[in-house]
Amino acid sequence: MTARPFHRSQAEMLPERAAPVTTAGPVGWLRANLFSSWSNTAFTLIALYLLWLIVPAIADWAFFNADTAGDDRFACKSSGACWAWVDQRIGQFLYGFYTADQTWRVDLAVILLIPALAPLLFEGVPFARQLRWFSLAYPVVATFLLVGGIGLEGIPTDKFGGFMLNLTVGLAGIVLSLPIGILLALGRRSRLPIIRILCVGFIEIVRGVPLITLLFVSNIILPIFLPPDVTVDSLIRVIVMVTAFASAYMAEVIRGGLQAIPRGQYEAAQALGLRYWPMMFLVVLPQALKISIPGIVNTFIGLFKDTTLVIIIGLFDILGIGNAMVSNPDWLGLATEAYVFIAFFFFIACFSMSRYSIHLEKRLDTERRD
Amino acid sequence: MKAILKGAFAAAAALLVAGAAHAATLDDIKKAGVLKCGINTGLPGFAYTDDNGKWTGFDVAYCRALSAAVFGDPDKVKYVNLTGKNRFPALASGEIDVLSRNTTWTFSRDVDLGFTFIGVAYYDGQGFIGRKAMGVKSAKELDGASVCIQTGTTTELNLADFFRVNKIKYEPVPIETNEEARKAYVAERCDVYTTDASGLAATKTTFAKPSDHMVFPEIISKEPLGPLVRQGDDQWADIARWTLNALINAEEYGVTAANVDKLAAKATDNPEVNRMLGTEGSLGAMLGLRKTWAVDAIKAEGNYAEIFERYLGTKTPLGLARGLNALYTNGGILYAPPMR
Repeated sequence: MTARPFHRSQAEMLPERAAPVTTAGPVGWLRANLFSSWSNTAFTLIALYLLWLIVPAIADWAFFNADTAGDDRFACKSSGACWAWVDQRIGQFLYGFYTADQTWRVDLAVILLIPALAPLLFEGVPFARQLRWFSLAYPVVATFLLVGGIGLEGIPTDKFGGFMLNLTVGLAGIVLSLPIGILLALGRRSRLPIIRILCVGFIEIVRGVPLITLLFVSNIILPIFLPPDVTVDSLIRVIVMVTAFASAYMAEVIRGGLQAIPRGQYEAAQALGLRYWPMMFLVVLPQALKISIPGIVNTFIGLFKDTTLVIIIGLFDILGIGNAMVSNPDWLGLATEAYVFIAFFFFIACFSMSRYSIHLEKRLDTERRD
Repeated sequence: MKAILKGAFAAAAALLVAGAAHAATLDDIKKAGVLKCGINTGLPGFAYTDDNGKWTGFDVAYCRALSAAVFGDPDKVKYVNLTGKNRFPALASGEIDVLSRNTTWTFSRDVDLGFTFIGVAYYDGQGFIGRKAMGVKSAKELDGASVCIQTGTTTELNLADFFRVNKIKYEPVPIETNEEARKAYVAERCDVYTTDASGLAATKTTFAKPSDHMVFPEIISKEPLGPLVRQGDDQWADIARWTLNALINAEEYGVTAANVDKLAAKATDNPEVNRMLGTEGSLGAMLGLRKTWAVDAIKAEGNYAEIFERYLGTKTPLGLARGLNALYTNGGILYAPPMR
């Protein structure tokens, strides 16, 4: 029996065909992600139904049925949101009680923040070397602009308010709490008992009480013990307390990063003849901080949202301004609108911080884990 | 927490009263050039910001009148905004000179915490608001009703007392803040909503159809709201007390912001007005103030009636009637001692 030659192979290449519509393009994506199984399909349909219920209602309330003009709440006749106050109150929401014709100083301080932060946050910024000197000088420049002094009208810090106060306290807290947190974390792991005990004591005491208590103590209890002529500016009290609070948390986040660094790294650094500080700054901390980025940014975001607690000591941040506004008989009962508006500001600030942290993690990812 | 706070206040107050007994508050205020007045962080009609970011309201008007009495200028006030929790420590620690923050005058605050209430600026009381559709005309008919209430306040205790005394049942719907309680009532999570009557009136105006709701006639508690100062400096307490009395007396004698200058220019036929405005006698000197202290206080925001009508009265969105806060001559209980 002679076998006929059986050709399994194709002599020439078949023309390339596009992937079937069910696996590529939008349809493929939908199948893979939303309708891959019966349970997934059910969840997708339920979610779509909920969105269909919620989104139009929110859009109607916030945009289509909303009133945007008028002098008081009685001008808002429709069923949706009443945004009429934004026109008159936006200044207070942004600047608090800051002298009205001086608000350009706040604007300028915010604009100058961009060249001050850019070289610190991003790579490839032109003139980065020169700009870093400006970054260093920025706190002085900003304080001068906001508080006044030589040539500028002096503005007492109790007039600070609105979102500008959140930014001031938040940024000061962020900038100060990172270095202090690093020092506390190193101190906690120190071999010198006094330093270790002081750092552990500070961290545990500050972390062991709510921020609201710290603010309360700084405002009410301290003046009782200080001589009557000694007064500390409320804004400074807030910044000190917020920084102390955030530093304690920061120290623990960074200690977590330090503990993840293998002993070999320390030993290798010591074998190279590095002393303590060069070892920390050149070998250990760059790795530890990189691991800690998500935790650090988490603490920053928490700190930024905690700035709304300043109402405890009678300062009016954006939330306090909102509450004061809805107490005005003309705008009574508009709390929902005010809170939505405020939430928008916080979301932008916190979401940007979160995105930046992801950007930073990607940029510093040198481990090539694949 | 409450007990601890109370202990802290008492300790703080004791410390301060010891120090304050020989410190003259008036001299300190004059030296500082500014009156530190504690007000609410925001309460409709009593303390709120206007569109220019200035504090205004019924409680704020008193601060301005007091500043005018001391300095002759109603604007020399530093407002310190206080929450319900930190108002007493702030007064005890000297952070403020006077507290004008819708504070109920009670025995323990006056006696135990070491403060001196200098009078009643507003007689408030707890009331109920409900839907007319329920067909209920009085709070006593509320058997089995659900009641929205702010927790941790005296209103909660008053409510329990009222229903116990009247032997009727109710179902409390406890809620953290006033604004949430209002929202819960609007969403029909409860049949009635209870808080101070002034607050009810303010709340009513925020409803889509205010005429569908009614405030029941029963007022179930006494809430005399007034300014207070630290105990131990009687001169300062007198100044605060008689500034308030001058505003009330000014209404009684028909002295207004508009005519006070004319009446004070030369002695009138009414000796009581003359003594108050300094054209006769020396009341100002007795207080350690200028002759025209009351003139300036009245000029700041007007007499009691003018202040009331501007911030709370029927022409404002709050639309409060004078009620108990009318002069004794008009059926209310507002009665200031004579200026002599």
